[in-house]
Amino acid sequence: MLKIMKQSIFKIKENIALTDSIFKMVLLGDTSDLRTGQFVNIKLDGFFLRRPISVCDVDKKSLTIIYKIVGEGTEQMSKMTAGEKLDLLTGLGNGYDLTLAGKKNLLVGGGVGIPPLYKLAKDLKGNCTVVLGFNTATEIFYEDEFKALGANVIITTIDGTKGVKGLATDVLKDIDYDYFFACGPEPMLKAVYEQTKTSGQLSFEERMGCGFGACMGCTCKTITGYKRICVEGPVLVKEELVW
Amino acid sequence: MVNAKADAGVYKNTKTRVKTDAVKLGKKTNSKLNTKVILCGVQLDNPIIPASGTFGYGYEFAEFYDINCLGSLSFKGTTREARFGNPTPRIAECESGMINAIGLQNPGIDAVINAELPKLREVFSKPIMANISGFSVEEYAYIAERLDEEEQVEWLEVNISCPNVRGGGMVFGTDSKAAVKVTKAIKAVTTKPVIVKLSPNVTDITEIAKAVEGAGADGVSLINTLIGMRIDLNTKQPIIANTMGGFSGPAVFPIALRMVYQVYEAVKIPIVGIGGVSRAEDVIEMMLAGATAVQIGTANLINPFASKEIVENLLNIMEKYKIKDLKEIIGGAH
Repeated sequence: MLKIMKQSIFKIKENIALTDSIFKMVLLGDTSDLRTGQFVNIKLDGFFLRRPISVCDVDKKSLTIIYKIVGEGTEQMSKMTAGEKLDLLTGLGNGYDLTLAGKKNLLVGGGVGIPPLYKLAKDLKGNCTVVLGFNTATEIFYEDEFKALGANVIITTIDGTKGVKGLATDVLKDIDYDYFFACGPEPMLKAVYEQTKTSGQLSFEERMGCGFGACMGCTCKTITGYKRICVEGPVLVKEELVW
Repeated sequence: MVNAKADAGVYKNTKTRVKTDAVKLGKKTNSKLNTKVILCGVQLDNPIIPASGTFGYGYEFAEFYDINCLGSLSFKGTTREARFGNPTPRIAECESGMINAIGLQNPGIDAVINAELPKLREVFSKPIMANISGFSVEEYAYIAERLDEEEQVEWLEVNISCPNVRGGGMVFGTDSKAAVKVTKAIKAVTTKPVIVKLSPNVTDITEIAKAVEGAGADGVSLINTLIGMRIDLNTKQPIIANTMGGFSGPAVFPIALRMVYQVYEAVKIPIVGIGGVSRAEDVIEMMLAGATAVQIGTANLINPFASKEIVENLLNIMEKYKIKDLKEIIGGAH
């Protein structure tokens, strides 16, 4: 499997708010050798550890990340402006294995787990059903972007302010699919694991030290052995999970 | 072992550029600067050694750069059985540092000998420092004995200072009598130099250093991490699942330097300096305090190229501070 980590400087092209706490940042730099579902690890001035963030979209010159303000680091990121530079490690993690995809693919995303599914939907040429789960209508982002790819998009909100009331996993039983991809908070992933009847791939999140396999900070147990979320993950196939 | 004619590596374009491939090949150069040091009778091309737990078993870093530019490397602390380690989260960020509570995750000595070391040998031709840990004196001795047959392993670094496991590691490093027992048991079964890795979580580190020297240790390495913790303001609970962990990074450098300085005055055996070393200047400071070789730890996790960049920059810094031969500055601050 292609695995090329690079350290390079990216320039911010834009950094805009999608909701109150979710931001989209487009970065210009070396985007060669990136795989869908991988992440980047970002060095921020004044912070010791890098911030691992999944890649939402990639083209020849730029990559897009969508991140939520969850602490002081991401808050500082949200205040950065076009033209500022960031030190990134790119090409991290295994990414999705598209050779395993089915004919009728289901993508399930929750909150900031949604971004990496966008490039995946693009790779699938929009030929997929996408379930996007949010807490409430004001937190919804990228609905139109997924629709523009031609995907069949289903929105769920926990409070019912838009789309189907409930969790993303509540609508799965009514969808016809033969393979799935999921990314979101761990309780959502566990519900997807329990409620899906086909094989699929799930993308995980964990606190990381390095992001490239050296510190062993993000290890999890699988039936095929211990795996580092940052190297053997973040994408794990359903059959190897211990749940 | 090493070509006696080989000099410290090429130093071209004297202001800024260092030709690293010559450094790693140890070719004779036009440079008069010497980075070679001798650690417990074994020569290193330079004193830079990635620290255990920050470099895996080395071969994965070989995907990023040619790791033969390094003096040596100390591999991930290895126990008799495979270990998963502690639950996650295992990592917490700090000002100028981080806390880890990995808990000695490693594949066990059999897998290290049969799978990890062969992979490392393919990409690394320098002497290897084998970091070993255990939960009993017998376990330490068993692993030491197993590694005695591994030719490329030139030193055993005995971790009696892991703060992240119960009933092992640091239990042996905070009690002189236990440290002596482990050291003696290992010395009895190995022909390789034994370097005992010391804990800073003691009142007087020189006491343990003197004890292991008396027990036959060939060297000491210090410091392991300092016990620390962080609390998440949102959950009001410790960030680390194991509550506490080992604090490392640039913030601990002055403490590590002080301890190296103290231990240098207390023992005659060589010292490997560890703790927050992040740049070539820090390496020089560590050596002036008394270190014969210097390990780079947490810096590798922030910048995967850190050890390589420190090796490359070492010659610049030597020239800047008019140091011709690194081994001559060891303990120079005393």
